[in-house]
Amino acid sequence: MTDSLAVSVQPTAGDDVGEARSLAQDAWRSLRKNKLFWISVALITVFVLMAIWPSLFTRTDPTFGDINNVRATPSGDAWFGTDTQGYDIFARTIYGARASIIVGILTSLTTLLVGGAIGIIAGFYGGWIDAVVSRITDIFFAIPLLLGGILFMSSFPNNPQSTPYFVIVGKVVLTLTIFGWPSIARLMRSSVLQVKPNEYVLAARALGASPWRIIRSHILPNALAPAIVVSTINLGAYIVAEATLSFLGIGLTPPAISWGVAISDALVAVRTYPHILLFPSLFLSLAVLAFILLGDAVRDAFDPKSR
Amino acid sequence: MADVILKADNLYKHYPIKGGVLRTTVGHVKAVDGVSFELQRGETLGIVGESGCGKSTLGRVLMRLEEPTSGTVNFDGVDMYSQGGSAMRKLRRDIQIVFQDPYTSLNPRKTVGDIIGEPFEIHPDVVPKGGRKKAVQELLEMVGLNPEHINRYPHQFSGGQRQRIGIARGIALRPKVLICDEPVSALDVSVQAQVINLMEKLQDELGLSYIFIAHDLSVVRHISDRVGVMYLGRMVELGTEEEIYQRPTHPYTQALLSAVPVPDPTMRGKREQIVLTGDVPSPANPPSGCRFHTRCFKAQDRCKVDDPELVNRPDGAGEHRSACLFAEPRVIVETVDVSDVEVDTRFATTDVVDIDAFGDDEGVLPADATTVQQRSQVVGESEGPLDRPTDTTRLVDDEPAEHRDPRV
Amino acid sequence: MTTTTKSVAPASEYKPGADGRLLQVDDLYVEFHTAEGVAKAINGVSFDLRQGETLAILGESGSGKSVTAQAIMGILDMPPAVIPSGAIRYCGQDLLTMPDEQRRKIRGPEISMIFQDALSSLNPTFPVGWQIGEMFRQHRGMNKSDAYAQAVRLMERVAIPGAKDRVKNYPHQFSGGMRQRIMIAMAIALDPAVLIADEPTTALDVTVQAQIMALLAELQEERQMGLILITHDLGVVADVADRASVMYAGRIVAQAGIEDLYARPAHPYTRGLLESIPRLDQKGQTLAAIGGLPPNLTRIPPGCTFNPRCRMAQDICRTEEPALRVIGNQESRCHFAEEVLNG
Repeated sequence: MTDSLAVSVQPTAGDDVGEARSLAQDAWRSLRKNKLFWISVALITVFVLMAIWPSLFTRTDPTFGDINNVRATPSGDAWFGTDTQGYDIFARTIYGARASIIVGILTSLTTLLVGGAIGIIAGFYGGWIDAVVSRITDIFFAIPLLLGGILFMSSFPNNPQSTPYFVIVGKVVLTLTIFGWPSIARLMRSSVLQVKPNEYVLAARALGASPWRIIRSHILPNALAPAIVVSTINLGAYIVAEATLSFLGIGLTPPAISWGVAISDALVAVRTYPHILLFPSLFLSLAVLAFILLGDAVRDAFDPKSR
Repeated sequence: MADVILKADNLYKHYPIKGGVLRTTVGHVKAVDGVSFELQRGETLGIVGESGCGKSTLGRVLMRLEEPTSGTVNFDGVDMYSQGGSAMRKLRRDIQIVFQDPYTSLNPRKTVGDIIGEPFEIHPDVVPKGGRKKAVQELLEMVGLNPEHINRYPHQFSGGQRQRIGIARGIALRPKVLICDEPVSALDVSVQAQVINLMEKLQDELGLSYIFIAHDLSVVRHISDRVGVMYLGRMVELGTEEEIYQRPTHPYTQALLSAVPVPDPTMRGKREQIVLTGDVPSPANPPSGCRFHTRCFKAQDRCKVDDPELVNRPDGAGEHRSACLFAEPRVIVETVDVSDVEVDTRFATTDVVDIDAFGDDEGVLPADATTVQQRSQVVGESEGPLDRPTDTTRLVDDEPAEHRDPRV
Repeated sequence: MTTTTKSVAPASEYKPGADGRLLQVDDLYVEFHTAEGVAKAINGVSFDLRQGETLAILGESGSGKSVTAQAIMGILDMPPAVIPSGAIRYCGQDLLTMPDEQRRKIRGPEISMIFQDALSSLNPTFPVGWQIGEMFRQHRGMNKSDAYAQAVRLMERVAIPGAKDRVKNYPHQFSGGMRQRIMIAMAIALDPAVLIADEPTTALDVTVQAQIMALLAELQEERQMGLILITHDLGVVADVADRASVMYAGRIVAQAGIEDLYARPAHPYTRGLLESIPRLDQKGQTLAAIGGLPPNLTRIPPGCTFNPRCRMAQDICRTEEPALRVIGNQESRCHFAEEVLNG
């Protein structure tokens, strides 16, 4: 009896990897089936292309203002019409994507890095480090993103003529990062606290693993998903914040092109020529919507309960 | 004979309880409160007790996963708690741990190869880089798993298989001592036996010494050479398997033994039942004198004042350590020696290979997967890890309700 | 004695059969429709329960023992669960075809249940007395203060010390054992004829387990309830049950009076289980395991469901599923039951 069993348990060749499915692969599997995910990816691709090669979408020079043809309604020549200074609205909307996308993506990345690192340190080390870091986080968290942005940007105003475009964009990113990281830090801290008591973390400590190793190979992979999801959703919020700052004249300022600037300019004629306001607003909303949809889809994919 | 590999002396682990607006320390949970014992080379020391008795905390303090409040552990001639950085890291090769919960003890993002290979990455001089995959596969084979499954993820394994993976990680560095914290309590009975047999086989092959922490007295009797019984942070009785199970002298051990059901319906009503009244008191506020006197059936006034020491006391045949002022042997379990009885191999096997790991199931989850996960969260000690215990409700089995705030 | 603890129960409209038969499960099937396929959780389970009898349903994870209990109680989530066929008769009336309204009136006054995890089964936001009293308010239309009085009476019955003072305490203020007592108080509140206990002591310490099992046995004796004890613990079963049904992969594979089951098992699975448990009263025991694992319920093997783990399996076991048949004074679902019984 024992012998026959021993024969039957010989390893079978070719049974190597099996179906090795990690959580990320599972997430991808469920994302692939999600229509909203593909819609948001398509929209985001278009916006990113606009940001990188606006000339793919329009040949019209956005900085050429035709004084003889201001506030024209949409037509075959100018698809979205022209604005109060005779600029082609379609071209300016396309070129405006760059500022929004750069600010959105960069701010999301920097808040994820800064907030993530701070949250991990607070959650992993605990004790007085956590107490100090958490209080600082709370202080920053108490300042609304926009209010902080307005205060900061108006304290260090731009000179539209001499400050280069990327410096202005960089300033906006910096401002939003300073006031945006606490939400990520708090989230990261709480997910680190959830992962830390797991016995695999204890097992690594029992083996003598260094704190850095524990963070890198055990804490981070298991705690990162919520922060990535929220960062994606926040991306939309940062785009809105950038537009608002520009609208208020303290973010990007003309001659720089941005949706916020365009919306601001459109206000003077909003009742007579609403299309000037409509198009940049529509694009802004679409971009924000796309990132929020993406964030939702990613969250659903990473949350096993919804599967 | 008396070749002691690990000796714990007066170990204490008190957790501060923070309270009030300023979060000042208002008391201490005395999870481990003066425990001493020694572990001999090659033996299995079982540690039993009910939830909240501090047995899991003891395991973690022994591993130095938590620093003791006071006390010393001498490991193979080295004072463990005085070792710093690299010396401690080196020491960790010799003392390893296997955890209870097969679901939280393996990182879900790592393959089995990564998990079992991690010890070699942390201690790179043990196995040269090129030989690690082979070393991992050898370990898989040793614990009765299919070495081909090195690239699978933990969720593709059943509870019993996961526990084997945890054991493989524990023995990877060829430790001298393995601390096993409820290693089988989350598993189904038929799987439990496989894992217990595996652990016994590994002990023989590798000359391991085990500290086997569990709440199941039958399992502990089966695997242990000597047994320590814990109650409220203290060791109340310590002796050989025979002394504890056949000649227990402490009333708590006696009550514990009498409460364990025996799978034999003909014994119904014939066994002596000692029913303890009340619940375990809070380790934050243990009773004075003998800690067991509030529930003890033979407590006298003296027990409320005098704290009995764990010292040798006569047990009828000889003497062994017991912490009771009125220690006297009492036969609770009529023991039958079945050493001569052979296993009927038509129905069960002592083979430790996991036959399912060699099937062509393509990693389809077995029936126990989800239920083991749920069970592993319920069963066993809820003493919880690391940076607790502001939440003493998890730790304490009972406390007069009046002292607790219902709004919490 | 019985009269003092009984509540003012209206006479039940349900009467057990002449043979004392309360509950009869007849060829029950339950399936779960999941993303991974159809999991056949219960496949043709039949048993009955008489007044004053303790029937143990014994099985490992995934054997379908808890699903059986939930099907009887009518608390399965449907979907994903589906009951394609079978009947569950309580005093002759089929619960599965009964209107919902009528079935609700059975749940509590006639059949009730206690669960493994008392903490999550109690609502943390209400005092325990309120939760026990709710049974009386809902089913008996009692007012608040009478319901509280009944709650105190029941808490005293299940031996909660200081019941009067603790009736307004919240669940988290009680220990695990006390919470399980509260669950039992709720379950027996309306004097049910059938009590289902699903792993009632699995989460408890052994000394507390002994207290709870003793309490259950006492209550059953006092009220002549039919008790279904669902557990994986062979020790607990040996201590309290009259009969036991052993479940494996959604089937009853062995059914016997308690002494026969342990002394003369007629199914290799029962035999293997008994070989694989360490016993408190034995020393020098060689443990032996069955080997392997129960099958995934979406892929139950052809033939006898136990054949991949059975060390006696022959060709016929891999192709033909054995029926549950009577052998001696027990039942076994094995082609070679006689050999197992006599060997």
